[in-house]
Amino acid sequence: MTLNDSDLLARAEEWAKAGRGVAIATVIETWGSAPRPVGSHLVIDSEGNFEGSVSGGCVEGAVVAEALEVIESGKPRNLEFGVADETAWRVGLSCGGKIAVRVEPLT
Amino acid sequence: MKLALLSALNARIANREATVLVTEMATGATRLVTPEQVMQDPLGEVLAEAFRTGKSGLVEEGRAFLNVHLPPVKLIVTGAVHISQALAEMARLAGLDCTIIDPRTAFATPERFPNVTLLAEWPDQAFLRVKPDRFTAFVALTHDPKIDDPGLVAALRAQCFYIGALGSRKTHAKRVERLQSQGFSEAEIARIHAPIGLDIGAVSPPEIAVSILGEIIATMRAKRRAA
Repeated sequence: MTLNDSDLLARAEEWAKAGRGVAIATVIETWGSAPRPVGSHLVIDSEGNFEGSVSGGCVEGAVVAEALEVIESGKPRNLEFGVADETAWRVGLSCGGKIAVRVEPLT
Repeated sequence: MKLALLSALNARIANREATVLVTEMATGATRLVTPEQVMQDPLGEVLAEAFRTGKSGLVEEGRAFLNVHLPPVKLIVTGAVHISQALAEMARLAGLDCTIIDPRTAFATPERFPNVTLLAEWPDQAFLRVKPDRFTAFVALTHDPKIDDPGLVAALRAQCFYIGALGSRKTHAKRVERLQSQGFSEAEIARIHAPIGLDIGAVSPPEIAVSILGEIIATMRAKRRAA
């Protein structure tokens, strides 16, 4: 089943109430041709399960990895992905766009 | 974000209540703002603008992030028919809030329409509860003027952003005559998409549902397409 962004937040709540650690990633800024608009969500649990997307599948792997650390530490992080950051993150957006993603723990 | 805050946000989304989630970037503090609270909030004008445009984003030079949650676009369908079974499923995936209306209880059964609001009533009665507005798409699929026409009349009066009606050109010509006799102008009637749906050569009911949903999305995103 595919979830829209409202369903994703409901899913995050469900997971948290079931006792799982949860982080919510949100696209907060985009430059150029970004695949998902500002406000889009990816929700991640402590087991690495995830639903939704912040890009067309280009950087989700990296966001999930960061999210696991965010769940662990309880501290939010801001991430940037794009052409300019390829060396830093080793993942880029093939579309040539750039996005900023905030990953927040659910506490 | 606190779980209690997320629960409150989800409850408002489920109730179709417009809400902005504000995140202060420096401190990470989060809060919900309702349209009624806008003017008491330090971000007053900026929030009012966000509710108007529905656009999420960073504001105040990146000091705060606003995630704007407006109620999803409504899709009202007359006719609990084969096409609407597929359309209801697809509309849910696309994030539309779908209601099916059909007074024929043999058609309007929960078995045929799980996970969707189903009203086994006449349109006039159903519209008292599911009010069409400018953020509503209306689709008439019964082929039966007794059911479709009252829906079309209500949709035209409410200035729904999309109005579509199933039927051949001949059926539609008769429909146009009936609406004219009810006092609707040519321009008003021309707002009805008929034949309904994008011309993708659709044959099966799910394919027709794709063409209808495609036309609704094309109309909804018209501004973006033109840009």
